[in-house]
Amino acid sequence: MITVNAMGDICPIPVVKTKKALGEMDGPGQIEVLVDNETAVKNVTKMAKSSGAAAESEQLGERQYRVLITVGEAAAAQLKASGSGNASQAQNRPETASDCRTCIGTVVAVGSDRMGEGSEELGHILMKSFLFALTQLDDMPDKILFYNGGAKLTVEGSESLEDLKTLEEQGVEIMTCGTCLDYYGIKDKLAIGSVTNMYSIAETLQGAMSVIRP
Amino acid sequence: MNEEIRLTQFAKHGGCAAKIGPDTLSRVLGRLPKFSDPDLIVGFETSDDAAVYKITDDVAVIQTLDFFTPVADDPYTFGQVAAANALSDVYAMGGEPKIALNIVCFPGDLDPDILGEILRGGAEKVREAGAVLVGGHSIQDDEPKYGLSVAGLVHPDRVYKNFGCEKGDVLILTKQLGSGIVNTAVKAQLASEESEREVIRVMTTLNKKAKETAADFTVHACTDVTGFGLLGHCSEMADAGGAVIELGVEGIAFMHGAKEYAEMGLIPGGAYRNQKHVSRLLDTGDVSEVYVDLLSDPQTSGGLLFAVPENEAEDLLRAFERADLGTKVSVVGRVLESGTDKPGIRLCDKVEIK
Repeated sequence: MITVNAMGDICPIPVVKTKKALGEMDGPGQIEVLVDNETAVKNVTKMAKSSGAAAESEQLGERQYRVLITVGEAAAAQLKASGSGNASQAQNRPETASDCRTCIGTVVAVGSDRMGEGSEELGHILMKSFLFALTQLDDMPDKILFYNGGAKLTVEGSESLEDLKTLEEQGVEIMTCGTCLDYYGIKDKLAIGSVTNMYSIAETLQGAMSVIRP
Repeated sequence: MNEEIRLTQFAKHGGCAAKIGPDTLSRVLGRLPKFSDPDLIVGFETSDDAAVYKITDDVAVIQTLDFFTPVADDPYTFGQVAAANALSDVYAMGGEPKIALNIVCFPGDLDPDILGEILRGGAEKVREAGAVLVGGHSIQDDEPKYGLSVAGLVHPDRVYKNFGCEKGDVLILTKQLGSGIVNTAVKAQLASEESEREVIRVMTTLNKKAKETAADFTVHACTDVTGFGLLGHCSEMADAGGAVIELGVEGIAFMHGAKEYAEMGLIPGGAYRNQKHVSRLLDTGDVSEVYVDLLSDPQTSGGLLFAVPENEAEDLLRAFERADLGTKVSVVGRVLESGTDKPGIRLCDKVEIK
């Protein structure tokens, strides 16, 4: 068992130390983290759980706590894949398309109907010209995902429909998040591509060689 | 100047996360003698943001002060954030800042040029606010601290108070949430560049435009969201007005990465203190734990939270959009009941406004 001594460390050091210890695990096992405050207990527990591991805590004495992290087979595999012990960065970026089971090259993830922050009007113009610019590229993306405000770009009335049609004709797959269409009440107005769900969005992003977020 | 110095490393607690917890404060303040004066419009008994004192029938003075330890490594940025945060209390009362004084604590063995940069950042924000900066007070201290004492003016009939929200009101917040969590991630060196840029931009933005934009609308209650987090400030609003507030977590704007960092446990201790403080009022429903962490995250130089009548909400949102605040404005919730003896806060996925 690995012991991480984070006594006397203030937030966020115990979490950073735990993350490092998790990242160094080379198989299933246990890590005990010693901390001296409740905030650290809660935060270390969250770090463990976000890495797919289980965590239990106990108070050993006044200002003395122990968080016992158990890394099972699945969590160990996940940690190994991520190489960092961080579930949120757990996508193991394949080196080449052949290393990748799903074999998706470039995915464009459009989470808004405007590009960049600042003026909203300018943002709309920029997004429109970005989608047009994609049609002009020699190397087009494999898939374009539209979610949240981005869902407004694939429905009737969108100024980018023509460009998206051009892309679709060239073999680019266009997918829009169903929850988002529902949320904005525009599901019946979808004018191009298919409806997708969060599982497949996550899978697509994870499997992609590169993800572009305009 | 020494580029190696990271200002935040001097601070045990950053920004408003350094605030003494609300439980401790209310216990201590409860022991102080009560002051009363017919011209004191707002005192501290309603946990409001500043004192407001009526001078004539047309003029009241707002007095406030705020200072904290470094929240940014760059001294100029830290100065800007601390000043924006201090000036915000005047905006939260509906006033216009007029006079500012520096409050400075600084280690004797640190390069004075660093202090110069902090003060330059602060002065810049005071100028942007249209107020004047006239000196201040400094002492030596191992931990650098900076802020302002600000005096502002307001018409006595147009003072924004944190109580007075009414049944049916829509709650609108003018900045995205997450500064405590993102700053913690920055400290852990786990924040993305995008998140780091965003948190600095949000913290250095004055609440001036937001306040000026809202001046054309009916505002039943207003406060700035700072160290007690959205939940803490909503609980003050609920307590002060006997209100039941519903917050719709999916409609609330958060900083990029904030949710991810919260799930990783990069949460400042202040968030847990805030949770404890609001627990008696809070019904989290089926909302996942990460949102409770996000909503209790202590904000540094956070946005203004307005309670406005439902029929004006859409127009106000559009006015904010036109004013281009530079931050994300969102509808965070609504007031279900007011004037009850059972104030509370309920979390749900989303609230609908008509």
